[in-house]
Amino acid sequence: MSDTTVRNTHKGWLARASDSDLWYSFIRSPVAIVSTIVTLLFFVSAIFANWIAPHNPFDLASISIMDASLPPAWMEGSDPRFWLGTDDQGRDILSTIIYGARISLFVGFAAVIFSMILGIALGLVSGYVGGRLDAFIMRVADIQLSFPAILIALLVDGVARGVLPREMHQDMVFYVLIFAIGISGWVQYARTVRGSTLVEKNKEYVQAARVIGIGPFIILWRHILPNVMGPVLVIATIHLAIAVITEATLSFLGVGVPPTTPSLGTLIRIGNDYLFSGEWWITIFPGIALVLLVLAINLLGDWLRDALNPRLR
Amino acid sequence: MLTFIAKRLLQSILVMLTVALIAFSLFRYVGDPINNMVGQDTSLEERVELKQRLGLNDSFLVQFTRFAGNAARGNFGFSYQHRRPVSDLIAERLPATLELSIVSAFLAMAIGLPMGVYTAIRRNSWLAHSFMTLSLVGISLPTFLIGILLILVFGVMLRWLPTFGRGDVVQLGWWSTGLLTASGLKSLIMPSITLALFQMTLIMRLVRSEMLEVLRTDFVKFARARGLAERYVNFVVALKNTMVPVITITGLQLGSIIAFAIITESVFQWPGMGLLFIQAVGNVDIPIMAAYLVLIAFFFVVINLIVDMLYVVVDPRLRVDSAGGH
Amino acid sequence: MKADVKQTSLLTIEGMRVEFASRRGHVVAVERLDLSVEPGEILGVVGESGAGKSTIGNAVIGLLEPPGEMTAGTILLKGDRIDDLDDAGKRRIRGARIGMIFQDPLTSLDPLQTIERQLVDTIQQHLGLSDAEARARAVDLLDQVGIPDPQVRIAQYPHQFSGGMRQRVVIALALCADPELVIADEPTTALDVSVQAQILDLMKALCRDREVGMILITHDMGVISETADRVAVMYRGRVVETGATQQIMSKPTHDYTKSLISAVPRPDKRLKRFPLVTYIEDAEERPEGLNLATHWLGKVREEHKLTGNLLELKDAHMRFITRHSLFPSRRLYLDAVKDVSFAIQPGEVFGLVGESGSGKSTIARMITGIYKPTGGSIRFDGTDLTALGSRAAAAPYRRQMQMIFQDPFSSLNPRMRVEDIIEEPIHFHKMAYDREEARQIMHDLLDVVGLGAQAARKFPHEFSGGQRQRISIARALATRPRFLICDEPTSALDVSIQAQVLNLLKDLQSELNLTMLFISHDLPVIRQICDRVGVMRNGRLLEVAPTETLFTDPQHDYTRHLLDLMPKFRGFRMAKSR
Repeated sequence: MSDTTVRNTHKGWLARASDSDLWYSFIRSPVAIVSTIVTLLFFVSAIFANWIAPHNPFDLASISIMDASLPPAWMEGSDPRFWLGTDDQGRDILSTIIYGARISLFVGFAAVIFSMILGIALGLVSGYVGGRLDAFIMRVADIQLSFPAILIALLVDGVARGVLPREMHQDMVFYVLIFAIGISGWVQYARTVRGSTLVEKNKEYVQAARVIGIGPFIILWRHILPNVMGPVLVIATIHLAIAVITEATLSFLGVGVPPTTPSLGTLIRIGNDYLFSGEWWITIFPGIALVLLVLAINLLGDWLRDALNPRLR
Repeated sequence: MLTFIAKRLLQSILVMLTVALIAFSLFRYVGDPINNMVGQDTSLEERVELKQRLGLNDSFLVQFTRFAGNAARGNFGFSYQHRRPVSDLIAERLPATLELSIVSAFLAMAIGLPMGVYTAIRRNSWLAHSFMTLSLVGISLPTFLIGILLILVFGVMLRWLPTFGRGDVVQLGWWSTGLLTASGLKSLIMPSITLALFQMTLIMRLVRSEMLEVLRTDFVKFARARGLAERYVNFVVALKNTMVPVITITGLQLGSIIAFAIITESVFQWPGMGLLFIQAVGNVDIPIMAAYLVLIAFFFVVINLIVDMLYVVVDPRLRVDSAGGH
Repeated sequence: MKADVKQTSLLTIEGMRVEFASRRGHVVAVERLDLSVEPGEILGVVGESGAGKSTIGNAVIGLLEPPGEMTAGTILLKGDRIDDLDDAGKRRIRGARIGMIFQDPLTSLDPLQTIERQLVDTIQQHLGLSDAEARARAVDLLDQVGIPDPQVRIAQYPHQFSGGMRQRVVIALALCADPELVIADEPTTALDVSVQAQILDLMKALCRDREVGMILITHDMGVISETADRVAVMYRGRVVETGATQQIMSKPTHDYTKSLISAVPRPDKRLKRFPLVTYIEDAEERPEGLNLATHWLGKVREEHKLTGNLLELKDAHMRFITRHSLFPSRRLYLDAVKDVSFAIQPGEVFGLVGESGSGKSTIARMITGIYKPTGGSIRFDGTDLTALGSRAAAAPYRRQMQMIFQDPFSSLNPRMRVEDIIEEPIHFHKMAYDREEARQIMHDLLDVVGLGAQAARKFPHEFSGGQRQRISIARALATRPRFLICDEPTSALDVSIQAQVLNLLKDLQSELNLTMLFISHDLPVIRQICDRVGVMRNGRLLEVAPTETLFTDPQHDYTRHLLDLMPKFRGFRMAKSR
């Protein structure tokens, strides 16, 4: 990447990226590299689950109750076809984990994007316009902050159950879940973006744009937004971890995704019933997968925060 | 200073009213309250009569005022599912949740604060680094999974501790306590650790980052340049300044412990409000949901008021009535 | 060792080298540095930003911030070596034998403890006095640094003191244990001129009375010439010249010192241009053959030639709400600009001078439409701008007036390339037929301000402060304005770069026949560049006069006061008297 032909002409984005402090800090941090690899592994296997998973746990024809509750491959009485053993219905644990991670990541990702868009928009407007609108938005944020994400998600879910007819709730369950998890996250984004916007809008480059005569929307979009995105990325990364945990928790409590399309949380819930009868693998392996995924994302977010904070360098 | 407190009180009342409005809207518009109260065989006339009697035909404002007035007196109507007054149900469950929450909050503070201070002061020591790594594992472990792991190890494999319930309780008036019996205390160990762990890591990381921020300020540098002892700089100058932001956020965190108890109570079948609430969500038992919401908001508001008072104690700039402000 | 040879000096630094390890190798901040300070002497260390002056102070007191490290040399305090002490040993010296004063008094004091607590704890740390004795000493110290009612004020918190008073408290804290040496790092830079003079006088008196040696670190030649006995001039980590203050000011020997002194705006007379200063950053001269008068920038514009005033403020008023309340009686207001009226003729450079908070920058923002005036009128070319309703209606006037800002680090969007920054106003006001023409204009502008077309593809962070200010100027010129507002355009720059930028502004002004509003707190700069000057204080315009008249025959008391406070810069006086 340190190709001289690239450097001699005007720097392309690739050369600039490889020359940046962020990349420098990245390649010198083994933790960041390992957590990126782990995260990417999860993403790749989630996207290509159909090809990667050794079995299809949702193909009723291929599963057999005869294979039920088999222990992992290194234990006595196991079946080499099932590395991590099988659950009570004879489904391969490894495959259910891969498919489950797909559901978990999908819901988490969608929820993060939902709250990110909502939060950035409200934060920009709040910070730039100020006055009563700002006071109102921030007051709502304060009130919402008094309720933990999990409580809000439970409430939204409860309301959805009350409002939507039963069949419709079944169809809409993913949307309800994404909304329930996402709606509690916007406050973080909005507060951070508002704070940065307040700083940026008083900087002289924004005043220069106003002196030129440029209107507020273009100023927000072209000048302020790119300059407030740094912290937003950090929040988004950590929020993804939180969203995955929240989804798992909701599913564990039985109000998340239905057992027909289990996520990691659902798998742990199913396995929890067998904990006392000694079939620990049904719950522990999905649990490990969940922790590994969340830990990798958290480590990545932690590194990103430090790397983007110039004072810590 | 008085204006500051008065302002905060006014804000608290506003918060309570807003939450009450949400709770009321839940109660009134999610599902049909009449349908939930009566059986299938109730005639239309009886329904209309009931609706009139319950005041559901009054204007929105009248209904909301009535709801808020009742709520202020602790009256949230009848649970659809249990067919008992919601206030009774909650009063029964409140001690269990509060005991669990307070013990956990104490654990989280007592361990999280010193660890945060340590990791900030000895920022580059191996112990601080391992604390930081452990704390990341801590926030990556979902609460319910911690509970399951504890149950697996100490309940199922070692059989040291009970895996569900509160153990034996003693009645002190209407308050039932598990803190006075051996089995009650034993039952409390795993749930309180489960609930405390996440908050503890959060508090530790928060204290650390705030303190590092303070350690970078000019006045800390100036204190060092005056030759003041390292211990003085760290614990008198820096720690006191760290406390201002930490008090705020710690207060918020402790407030959320009560709500977070939902998960812990569900894992350990702890007979508290959280368990009541989660069952209410499953059964769309709106009065319980509404009451729980208002109660959580109330706890939050009270904690916040205490935090504001502490603020005034710690920060002299708030004690003078906006003098010297810009 | 050398200890007995150097016995006489209070502080001796020999062969000091300080390095900062960074990603791109070691950066040497200070190199082969030799300095000495005698008791009762004030040694001025002067240099521009990045010269390494602050590093010296931090190294002497043993508080170099990692990754900074002293890699060679010795520091002797009264013959005792102090650079190789352990942490506890260094701590015993800090405060007790060497006191330190920092730049910003607003952030130097612990906001949560009373002045008394901070003083008494520092005294007891070093002197082992009882509580009552320490308190008595603290009160006495406050009295000495000129704080009235020390018995009462000692019980107060830092936020109850003004900036100048806080700096006095900081000085008292530094003197708690009677140190032999005081290091003052830009002690007056954050203060207003009038306070600045008092603090400098106080420090001078304290040094004399207590036989304390002082290292005064500053970028300000005026402060040095007023205060220091001897001067060490630093350039890129080295001392290039040391000598008595008078000698350095009047007969500098090193080329860098010469160019530095020639770049300082002279308060006593107006020069046509600053003599070209060597030793400064690389800005290219304008390419040969580019004649601004005939170039598109100077093309006759479509506007009619007017004979009256280009800009006219009449009773312009700006009121901000500082405390919101539902009840009008509880609201608090700040009148930043109070009924100001003045007019600027075409082709004139009009100066506004005043201390911080006098309302001069607010006026700039009212004229450019960032703030909407709460009263009065602002006429530009005969049109009342305050009466224009929409942004679209105001656009033609916005195009004709542009602004150059103070802070070169925040006045350019860090995420945009230079070409986009300069082309944005061109596209917005549709000043070019197509992208190609806009590009051509942008390249020409970069040439005009002396950066060259190769700057176009870069980002702002790749430039120094002076170069960024040039980019700012190019952006302001992009809409072919007739009227340019300069809001403290050089106050964040080092003097030599300030001289360059002022030269550029002067050239552009005369060649393009620009009308300018030049805002500054710096009287010598005003004298060098303005035709007429208005003096502002607390939102009011006190006096307007032609520049030379104002400097030689000020009418208003406050103007006289400001002129008195202007650093006298002994060197020039010497030169003149000869």
